[in-house]
Amino acid sequence: MEWLTAWPWSPYAAGAGIGVLSWLTLLFSGHPLGCSTSFARTAGMIEKLFRGREVEMKPFYREIPPVVDWQWMLVVGMVVGAFLSALLSGDFRWQWIPPRWEAAFGDDRAVRIAAAVAGGILLGFGSRWAGGCTSGHGISGTMQLALSSWVSACCFFVGGIATAVLIFG
Amino acid sequence: MEGKSQLARGLLFGIAFGFLLQKGGATRYDVIIGQLLLQDFTVVKIMLSAVLTGMIGVHAMKSLGWVHLNPKPGSWSQNVIGGLIFGAGFALLGYCPGTIAGAIGNGFLDALAGGLTGILIGSGLFAALYPRLRDGILRAGYYGDVTLPGLLTVGDWTVIVPLGALLVLTLFLLERAGL
Repeated sequence: MEWLTAWPWSPYAAGAGIGVLSWLTLLFSGHPLGCSTSFARTAGMIEKLFRGREVEMKPFYREIPPVVDWQWMLVVGMVVGAFLSALLSGDFRWQWIPPRWEAAFGDDRAVRIAAAVAGGILLGFGSRWAGGCTSGHGISGTMQLALSSWVSACCFFVGGIATAVLIFG
Repeated sequence: MEGKSQLARGLLFGIAFGFLLQKGGATRYDVIIGQLLLQDFTVVKIMLSAVLTGMIGVHAMKSLGWVHLNPKPGSWSQNVIGGLIFGAGFALLGYCPGTIAGAIGNGFLDALAGGLTGILIGSGLFAALYPRLRDGILRAGYYGDVTLPGLLTVGDWTVIVPLGALLVLTLFLLERAGL
């Protein structure tokens, strides 16, 4: 059972495992792996706390109702699964600033959090604009050979590489 | 609304997904930024081997009539502009919507306090602007749920076999280059 505590696994083992997982989700749940829609549902749930049921009438939430569904539970499970793996691997730790960020931009938490919020806004907005994220388009959509997903996945990396080079360049 | 057993299956599949992402190293900011700076190819290796394995399996199940695939519809304006905005956020945050869930489980507080807040704000902002975008820019260059075999008017496996070989070759060349 050494594989349970070994870290990191070969990226090919982790990747093939995710590939097999995508067979199982499709076969037993009828859903491909995906994540970003759940954040949009959650945004709607939070908005509902403040503005009540009228939120459900907004055109976006009529299409994507702010409710807990299969994918929402998948994302919750991902937090749990990563936590279990980190514990077993001896890799769990509370960390505010990633080492590489600290080496480049210093140890000011407020600066890192501000960048993370800004990046998150673009990520949330962009994934809804594109209709998916690195999971839904990048893995599940490309394996289904969808044109929309191949175009999106290429643009995720074009935009990501250009921005990373700009930030760290 | 989905039933309780369906929600429970979602949770179990999620545990497996998060476990695999953490074991692969993809819950770390440093690994994701290393990929976007083209220094560490862990993320691409995970994604391409998942796509390769998944593509063969899901199309085999489709050929057997076991599953029904559901390719996402899209348009040039939707996927190119949205993809580029997503990419900028991906690099600035250093996590994506899936790996951020894993990063939170790993104890990374920039993901929880910063990234999660941002993604919720960005999603809410899109929902607010959606009526104006839906009938305008998002329709430009609409191509629907077409697939690569559909576009080329060939059978699925006519695309899967050479594409699979190309993915294997890409991974092989990455290893050969010592990346």
